[in-house]
Amino acid sequence: MINPHPGLPELQYVKPASLVEASKFLAEHENTAKPFSGGTDSFVRLRDGVLKLDYLVDVKGLDGTNELSFDPQKGLTIGAAVTMNRVAAHPDVIKHYPNLAEAATSVASYQLRNRATIIGNICNASPAGDTIGTCMVMDGVLRVHGLDGIYSVPLNAFFLAPGRTVLKPGDVVVSITLPVPQEGFIGTYKKLGRNMIGDLSIVGVTVMGYPCNESPSGYRFRIALASVAPVPFEALKAEAALAEKNITEDLIAEAAKVAMESVTPIDDVRGSARYRKFMVRNLTREALTEVWKKLNK
Amino acid sequence: MSLKRITLTVNDLVETVDVPQNMTLLQMIREKLSLTGTKNGCSAGECGACTVLMNGEPVNSCMVLAAECDGVKVVTIEGLAKTGTLSELQKAIISSGGVQCGFCTPGMLISATALLKRNPGPSDTEIREAIVGNLCRCTGYVRIVDAIRQAAK
Ligand SMILES: Cc1cc2nc3c(=O)[nH]c(=O)nc-3n(C[C@H](O)[C@H](O)[C@H](O)COP(=O)(O)OP(=O)(O)OC[C@H]3O[C@@H](n4cnc5c(N)ncnc54)[C@H](O)[C@@H]3O)c2cc1C
Ligand code: FES
Ligand code: FES
Repeated sequence: MINPHPGLPELQYVKPASLVEASKFLAEHENTAKPFSGGTDSFVRLRDGVLKLDYLVDVKGLDGTNELSFDPQKGLTIGAAVTMNRVAAHPDVIKHYPNLAEAATSVASYQLRNRATIIGNICNASPAGDTIGTCMVMDGVLRVHGLDGIYSVPLNAFFLAPGRTVLKPGDVVVSITLPVPQEGFIGTYKKLGRNMIGDLSIVGVTVMGYPCNESPSGYRFRIALASVAPVPFEALKAEAALAEKNITEDLIAEAAKVAMESVTPIDDVRGSARYRKFMVRNLTREALTEVWKKLNK
Repeated sequence: MSLKRITLTVNDLVETVDVPQNMTLLQMIREKLSLTGTKNGCSAGECGACTVLMNGEPVNSCMVLAAECDGVKVVTIEGLAKTGTLSELQKAIISSGGVQCGFCTPGMLISATALLKRNPGPSDTEIREAIVGNLCRCTGYVRIVDAIRQAAK
């Protein structure tokens, strides 16, 4: 009989005292230890036997992981231990990055968001991660502590494959910084789930737009797509199409089609590849139209 | 496997517990402290039956390791009526008929208690958003929402 309430397998809980200690321990136990913050991805995978570990290394409390701050020059820094709810409720996030608050509150439920973190969402490297697109179009840069100290990785060079990133054994992400957004930008996140609540996205479309003198259209748009390729990614060709000519309804429809052509989705229990493709087109058009209208108000 | 000793406050009582390192907060509450009001519906963060307050905020206790809880403050459903008098929310969910089998009720009440603390006058949409993570198979939610609205008055 299937046990409906399996507990977590045997493992040791490790709480390192410093980043140096954490990196050293993780590198020494390359195949048997992983960092965790909220645990909302790790625990489920451990319980299901997809992930096998001897040690779970708690990164909450390490230097810089609790930081959530806005600097008018540097932008917004979100530490690895900062929960989705803390991000969504922060006055500077609501004021300067309302699109991030929108994406964060699309994740699961209120109580899960009291544990789930943005950095965990990113490091889990699921193509469906709901907050990744926003961090990507806002040019997020990760700060990582490894065996050789601190280094930086731009988010758009972070993902390799589902569940795989450029992180090396011993690496702990400390925080992500989103630079100060462009003046007058508008952003949105369109999530298609099987229900209105707490389900992983079947398709996720992030759009951000802002006035830009350098592009012939007078605007620049950024588009990131989730759940429709092995990793979350930016639809660069669709972005380029929107920069070249005057923005019209037809151009938006054309760019949405280009976005659709850039995806390589799979059939799974949540939706077919064909359905996903069409929904990329429809949601991209919807998101672009909404952002475009708001930019012109 | 070695045990880890933690000291935490549960419903205002200080408890020192030796916990296996893979034990969840939910398992500790039910099996070590015998507070069985908190329910296990899925062990996966989906159903919300295990919701408790941790340092004042609702969390899925099946998604927290007991070993992480040294020094934290936990409130379970038993903590809402400590003196034997039901809270306004508890009274409201009874009078509005928001309880059928009752399995979701403890988690539901914890989520609702937290909602009214952060937002004493929620709209119906805000009420529904706050209990998105609390699944109920019996009531159809309408009477639960009624109860929360009633208690908010
Ligand atoms: C019921 C339920 C519903 C969910 N719904 C959604 C949803 O709607 N949308 C969505 O996007 N996700 C959803 N998720 C997935 C999950 O909640 C999110 O991805 C969450 O943001 C993960 O954050 P965490 O801190 O809990 O991650 P953890 O489980 O702590 O970590 C996740 C991964 O990142 C690694 N990691 C964590 N921190 C670090 C670090 N500092 N450095 C290096 N690596 C690190 C871990 O090793 C692990 O591989 C859901 C999960 C559950 C259980
Ligand atoms: S038992 Fe924790 S959410 Fe279902
Ligand atoms: S009353 Fe039965 S699950 Fe809610």
